[in-house]
Amino acid sequence: MVRQISVFLENKAGALAQMTRVLADNNINLRAFSLAEASDFGIARLIVNDVYLTSTVLKENGFVLAVANVLAVSMPDAPGGLAHVLECLKDAGVNVEYIYAFTSDKPGQAYMILRPDDESTAMKALRGAGIRQVEQEELSEM
Amino acid sequence: MERYYQPEIETAPREEMIRLQTERLIKQVKHVWDDVPYYRKKMEDKGVSPEDIKTLDDLKKLPFLSKADLREAYPYGLMGAPLKDCVRIQSTSGTTGKRVVAFYTKEDVDLWEDCCARAITAAGGTNEDVCQVAYGYGLFTGGPGLNGGSHKVGCLTIPTSSGNTERQIMFIRDLSATILCCTPSYAAYLGETMKEMGLGPDDIPLKAGIFGAEAWSEEMRRDIQATLGIKAYDIYGLTELSGPGVAFECSAQAGMHINEDHFIAEIIDPVTEEVLPEGQQGELVFTALTKRAFPLIRYRTRDICVLSREKCPCGRTHVKMSKPRGRSDDMLIIRGVNVFPSQIETVLLNQGYPANYQIIVDRVNHTDTLDVQVEMTPEMFTDNMGEIAARQKLLVEGLRSMLGLTAKVTLVAPKSIVRSEGKAVRVIDKRKI
Repeated sequence: MVRQISVFLENKAGALAQMTRVLADNNINLRAFSLAEASDFGIARLIVNDVYLTSTVLKENGFVLAVANVLAVSMPDAPGGLAHVLECLKDAGVNVEYIYAFTSDKPGQAYMILRPDDESTAMKALRGAGIRQVEQEELSEM
Repeated sequence: MERYYQPEIETAPREEMIRLQTERLIKQVKHVWDDVPYYRKKMEDKGVSPEDIKTLDDLKKLPFLSKADLREAYPYGLMGAPLKDCVRIQSTSGTTGKRVVAFYTKEDVDLWEDCCARAITAAGGTNEDVCQVAYGYGLFTGGPGLNGGSHKVGCLTIPTSSGNTERQIMFIRDLSATILCCTPSYAAYLGETMKEMGLGPDDIPLKAGIFGAEAWSEEMRRDIQATLGIKAYDIYGLTELSGPGVAFECSAQAGMHINEDHFIAEIIDPVTEEVLPEGQQGELVFTALTKRAFPLIRYRTRDICVLSREKCPCGRTHVKMSKPRGRSDDMLIIRGVNVFPSQIETVLLNQGYPANYQIIVDRVNHTDTLDVQVEMTPEMFTDNMGEIAARQKLLVEGLRSMLGLTAKVTLVAPKSIVRSEGKAVRVIDKRKI
């Protein structure tokens, strides 16, 4: 499991730029990033190298945020990689609320961040299928 | 044990009060007839002379005064005393047009400060208290009025005036302030700042707050009482009549006692100008009985409220007014529906939103739009988009059932709505009509 930071963003020009500027000024590196949007606001979801530093500086700069556990899995960067992961979750009856992908400098490897509705069942199913889960330390060292 | 500043007046039997008010009314009408040509002309136009005023019931024969009269008569037209007898002016914020300038003789100031002293005493203040006055000092009546009242009670008075929130908190802590006087929105902001500094209600010695000069709801009172760990008392007043202290809350925290020895209150229908029977909602009208330099008769306040003569557990006999349910100036007419910002505030606070909001009214394709902007808070935020949207929908439904019309709800970034140190700007009306 890894820690994900979700940040509330008002739907107006520059809101996202303002947040990323705070991250840049504090030398924070984004490992993965996704943006969910409703008509008048958005939620930025961040995976970073330093969760504590990131949440502290964002709060100091007036952002509202929440930190939650999500699953990170590693899989071969080849056709069928994601299908295999999702099928194994489907077979276990796990629903995925959202998902986003990222890669690293490791050739041939892709990573997925996913938020299952049932964390422990999802983890068990992934383990049973031999799908490797990435932990926080590994992400921080990438 | 309830304390009174002037017990013989504050708990006087009704018959005694009627006798006093009648005597003062007759005298005051003679005074304006003799000394305020502007009002004398109004009386003449209506065919009334001082001889027609013999009982309190005769009050309704007299013409009204409104803000428009004050503007027309600006600056000296409504004065009832020569300038050499005046020692002070105070002035309104001028947010709704031209400033109103009110004059005071030495005795006018003295009686006004008595009214404020009654309010501070009703909130539990004694000469052992430390009273921090964070209302603005200057032309605004809030600071000078409560400052004078605090002196009369004998409190150690800290005249911080408004602004510089961290210094306010420092004084409250370092000098053990027990009573805070300011606008309710500033009290809420102070609480918010304390939270940010990691301070809770147990970290400050405050026990009471006297908050007025703008509309606030019961929910906002609960909020402020919890974050500051105090009892929050409402106070009412208008520069035109003196300032804060025209009416004030007692320990019952249910309506404000009007200082009837100085002011007669009436409730009228704002459209027909008929006096309404007791207990009915309408516009509050005041007659100042003791003011000499600026003696307003039947002044229309534009505040909508209800009067009650129900027996109060505090022992005071003066009539109580409800919190103004809106100001006919603040009242918005949106798609033909009367909307008061206080109604919107009630819904927000009931659903756990912060008291900081802004109402934006506009007209798009000939239809009025109402956008209620609320700040996102850490308590409300969740990673789950659906939950946030569901809360937003709940708020839209709450507003619909309160107002009878559909409003849009926009969630905005924290601290993006400007904080005020005086009166909060709640409504932005962009309609060009």
